[in-house]
Amino acid sequence: MIFSFDLLFEAVLFGVLLGCFYAAVSIGLSVSFGLLDVPHVAHPALMVLGSYCTFIVAGWGLDPIVAGVVLMPVFFVLGVLIYRFYYETFEKRGTEAGVRGLAFFFGLAFIIEVGLILVFGVDQRTVQAPYIGSSLALGEYRLPYRMLVAFGVALCLTVVLTLYLSKTFTGRAIKAVAQDEPALRLMGANPVRIKQWAFGIATGVSALAGAMLIIVGPVEPALDRLYIGRTFCVVVLAGLGSMTGTLGAGLILGISESIVLMMFGASWAPAVAFGLLLVVLGIRPQGLFGR
Amino acid sequence: MKYWISVAVLLIVAFAAALSGVNEYFFYAGYIVLTFVVLATAWNILGGYAGYVNFGTGAFFGFGSYAAVVLFKALGAPLIVQIAAGAAIGAALGFGVGIMTLRLRGIFFAIATVAILFIAETLMVNWRYVGGATGLQLLRPEATAPFGSYTRMLFVVMTLLAVIAVSVARYIQTSWIGRGLRAIRDSEEAAECSGVPTLRLKLIACVVSGALMGAAGAPMPMYLSFIEPASSFSLNWGVSALAMPMIGGTGHWIGPVIGALLLGSVQQIVTVTISNEINVLVVGVLLVLFVVLAPDGVIGLFKRWTRSSR
Repeated sequence: MIFSFDLLFEAVLFGVLLGCFYAAVSIGLSVSFGLLDVPHVAHPALMVLGSYCTFIVAGWGLDPIVAGVVLMPVFFVLGVLIYRFYYETFEKRGTEAGVRGLAFFFGLAFIIEVGLILVFGVDQRTVQAPYIGSSLALGEYRLPYRMLVAFGVALCLTVVLTLYLSKTFTGRAIKAVAQDEPALRLMGANPVRIKQWAFGIATGVSALAGAMLIIVGPVEPALDRLYIGRTFCVVVLAGLGSMTGTLGAGLILGISESIVLMMFGASWAPAVAFGLLLVVLGIRPQGLFGR
Repeated sequence: MKYWISVAVLLIVAFAAALSGVNEYFFYAGYIVLTFVVLATAWNILGGYAGYVNFGTGAFFGFGSYAAVVLFKALGAPLIVQIAAGAAIGAALGFGVGIMTLRLRGIFFAIATVAILFIAETLMVNWRYVGGATGLQLLRPEATAPFGSYTRMLFVVMTLLAVIAVSVARYIQTSWIGRGLRAIRDSEEAAECSGVPTLRLKLIACVVSGALMGAAGAPMPMYLSFIEPASSFSLNWGVSALAMPMIGGTGHWIGPVIGALLLGSVQQIVTVTISNEINVLVVGVLLVLFVVLAPDGVIGLFKRWTRSSR
C-alpha cells in the first residue's frame, strides 16, 4: 500500500468529480423512490437503456449530451407509461403491492438488460466526442475532460431539479404528494396525475444520466447491476427525496470509492457502494440529510 | 401419509433412473432443475411465507459453493461434508440477514440483500486461495459404488436435498412457525402486539432458508468441475429463485416446486435450443406476466379454474 498526501489529494479531487456524477445518476431515483415511494429497482436498467439510446442517436452525428437531452421527452413518456401501468396493476389494488411491485420492477430490469444483450451483444460500447480521451493538466494533476463534462452537467441537473421542486407549482405539488397524499386529494388535486408527472421527470432525467454514463466510460448491458448499489446507496444516504442531500451523498460515495481505488485497487471498488449502503441501512436508515 | 409415500416412490424412481441406462444428459439437466427446486423452496420460506423479498439468493448459493471448494481443496473432504459446510455457512449468513430484519423491511431489506451479494462476490474475487476472479479448476473424485458416473450420483444427492427442502417447507407451512410467518406478512405490528415472537420466527425463517440455499450451492463446483465468483454470485440465481415461487404460487409449499419444475425445464430447453440469454429473458417476462396477470400463480389459476367449472 502506497500512501502520500499528494496521491490522497488527487484521489479526493477525482472523487469530487466522480461524486457529482454519482449524484446525477441517482437523482432520478431520488424522485421516483425517495419522493414517490415506488420500489424502482429498474432505475439503473433504464439508465443503461438511456446510454444505448444515446449511443444510437450520437451515431447520427449528434454530441452525446445533446443526444441525451433529445432523448429526455421520449423517456418522459416512457416513465409516465411505466408509472401508469404500475399504478393500475399494483398501487390501486393495494393488497400486497410490496412483494409484487418489487418483483415487477426486478423483472423489468432483467427484461431491459437481456433485451440490450440481444440487440447489441455483450460488447462494451463507447461514444465519440471532442472532450472524450483528453484531459486538463492542472499543475501536476490531470483531470479528464469527460469527468469535468459529467461534473458540469450533473451540477446543472441537480440545481435545476432542486429549484423546480421548491419554486414551481408542480414541483411543490410533487413534494406535497410525498408528504401527505390524502391531504393533497382533499385540496382537489389528483395525486396520481402528479405522481405520473414526477415519475416521467425522473425517467426523463435518467436519459441524460445514461448519456453521462456512456461519456464517462464504456457501457455494457449488465452495468445496471453495479449501479443498483451506487444509486440506492446515494439515495438512502441522502435521506429519501432530499435533492441537495443527493449531491452530498454522491460526493461521500465518490470520494470514498476513489480513495479505496487508490489504496486497494480496482477489484475492491465495487464493494464500496454496497458496503456503505449496508452500513447506512444498518445504522441510520433515515439517511444523513433526511427530509 | 400420502405425502411420505409419494416422497418414497420419488426417491426410489430417481435412484433407479440413476442406475439405469437413461441418457447422461437427462441427469445433467435434471440436476439444475432440482437445484432450482431447492432454491425456490428456500426462497419461499422467507419471501412467500413472511413477505421478506430476498434478491441475494446468489450470496447464499455462492458461499455454499465456496465453502465446499475450500474444504475440498484443503482437506479433500467428501461430498457429504461439503454439503454440511455449505448449509452451515448459509445458516450463519441467514442469521446475519435475520438480524437485519429488525430494522429493514420491504425494498430496504431487498436492496440490503443485493448489497450482501456484491460484497460476497468482491470478497471471493480478492481471495487468492480459491482462484480469485479467474476461478479454480477442480478434479472430480471417482463416483461412489453403485453409480456409473459422478453426475448421476449428484442427481440423486440433489433429489434428496430437494425432498428435504420441500419437507421442511411443508412442515413450516403447517406448523406454528408458518402461522406466525403469515401473521408477520399480513401485518408485522399486529403480529407483534398479539404476542407473536416475530424476531424469533424471522430468524428461524432466515436461517432455514439460508441453510437450504447454501446446501444447494455446495455440490455445484463438483458438478461443473470448476468455480468462479461471477457465476457463483450471479444476480440471476436471485431472479430465478424469486420468479419460480411467484409463478407457482407463494402461499403453498407446492407452489415453488411447480414453478421450479415448469420454469427450470423451460430454461433447460431454451438454453439448448436457442441461447443462454433468451433463458434469462424468459424468466423476466414470465415473472412480470404472472405478477401482473396471475398474482397467485399457477395455484391461483388452478383454483379459479376449478371454482368456475363447478
